[in-house]
Amino acid sequence: MSLTNNKIKEKLVEKFGESVFGFEENYELLTFEAPKEINLKVLQFLYDDEELNFQFMTDLCAAHYPDNIGKELAVVYHLHNLKDNIRLRFKVYTSIQKPDVYTATQLFSAANWMERETYDFYGVNFVGHPNLKRILNVDEMDYFPLRKEYPLEDQTRLDKDDEMFGRGGTIV
Amino acid sequence: MNENETITQPEIFPGVVHPTAGGGILISSIDDVVNWARSNSLWPLVFGTSCCAIEMMSTASAKYDWSRFGFEVARATPRQADVIIIAGTIVNKMAPVLKRLYDQMADPKWVIAMGACATSGGPFFYNTYSVVKGADHVIPVDVYIAGCPPRPEALLHALITLQQKIKSGLTREQIRSGI
Repeated sequence: MSLTNNKIKEKLVEKFGESVFGFEENYELLTFEAPKEINLKVLQFLYDDEELNFQFMTDLCAAHYPDNIGKELAVVYHLHNLKDNIRLRFKVYTSIQKPDVYTATQLFSAANWMERETYDFYGVNFVGHPNLKRILNVDEMDYFPLRKEYPLEDQTRLDKDDEMFGRGGTIV
Repeated sequence: MNENETITQPEIFPGVVHPTAGGGILISSIDDVVNWARSNSLWPLVFGTSCCAIEMMSTASAKYDWSRFGFEVARATPRQADVIIIAGTIVNKMAPVLKRLYDQMADPKWVIAMGACATSGGPFFYNTYSVVKGADHVIPVDVYIAGCPPRPEALLHALITLQQKIKSGLTREQIRSGI
C-alpha cells in the first residue's frame, strides 16, 4: 500500500501532536505548518521514518506576508518521497524583526545554496549555516529585494499607460 | 570616391593591380591590408549570459554558419579573442566580470552588443534592482543589434557591419560625421 496524504498526516500528528497544524491539500499537495523551533525535528522525522522517506529536498524558499504581524516571513520546504513518488510542503513562520531559523544543511546538502538564496532575497538568517552570504546579488547590496516594502513596479513609469496603446489614458 | 560608398560596398581586396608584362603589381597601403586581414578573421569570445546566446549558437551552427564570414574560431579565452559578443543581460554582479574579460582581450578588440538587454537593459529597463541598463555603461560598444532576441540574420548583419567598420579604417567619430 503506497503512502497517502492522510497517512502522512496521521503519522505527523501521532509524533508531534498539536505542534503540527494547518493541514491543507492544494491540488493534492499536502501542506502543513510547525513552529520554527522544531523545523529540524520535523524534517528529520520525515527523513528517517521507514514509511515516510522524505529524503529529497526539491525546493526551499521564503515568502513575505507583511500583514501577518509577528509571522511576517514564511520559510517553505518542498520535500519529495522518491520511493512512493509523493510530495509535501512544509512551512515555518518567523518574525521579520528576528528572522532566525535553524539551517537544514546538516540534513540536506542541497539546502546550502537554497538557504543562501533565501537569505539573499528575504533576509532569513539561517542559524548554523556554514557560509551564509549573498549568492546571486552583489555583496554590497544592503537590502533584501523581494520583501514587500519594495513596490513591484516603478510608480513613475509611463510606458504602460493606456495612452501608449491608443485607448485614452492619463498622459496629456 | 565618397567614403560612405567605401563603407557600404567594401572592396574584395584593398588595392589596384598595376599591369606589367607577365603579370602585375598590386598597389595598396599597409593599413588597408592589415584592416582587411583583421576584419576577415574575427575570433569571437565564447560569452553568453542569456537567451541571446542561444541565437548566437544557432548562428554558429550549420544552418546559418557564420564561418562563411570568418567568425568560426570562437575562443574560450579572452586572450585569443578579437571580438566579444555581449549576448544577454548584464547584471550588476556580472559587470565587473565583463570589464575584466574585456581588459584581458588583446588589442585590437571590438564589442558587439547583441539584443535589447545588452543595448539598454531592454525588458529590465524598468523595475529592476540588479540589471545594468546597457553594456556600454561598462565597456565601449562598436555595433548594437536590435531585437529580443535578434534573429541569426541580424547577428550576421552586425558582424558584417563590424567588418565594414574595420575595413573602412575610420574612427567612430569619423564615421558619425561622415568624413
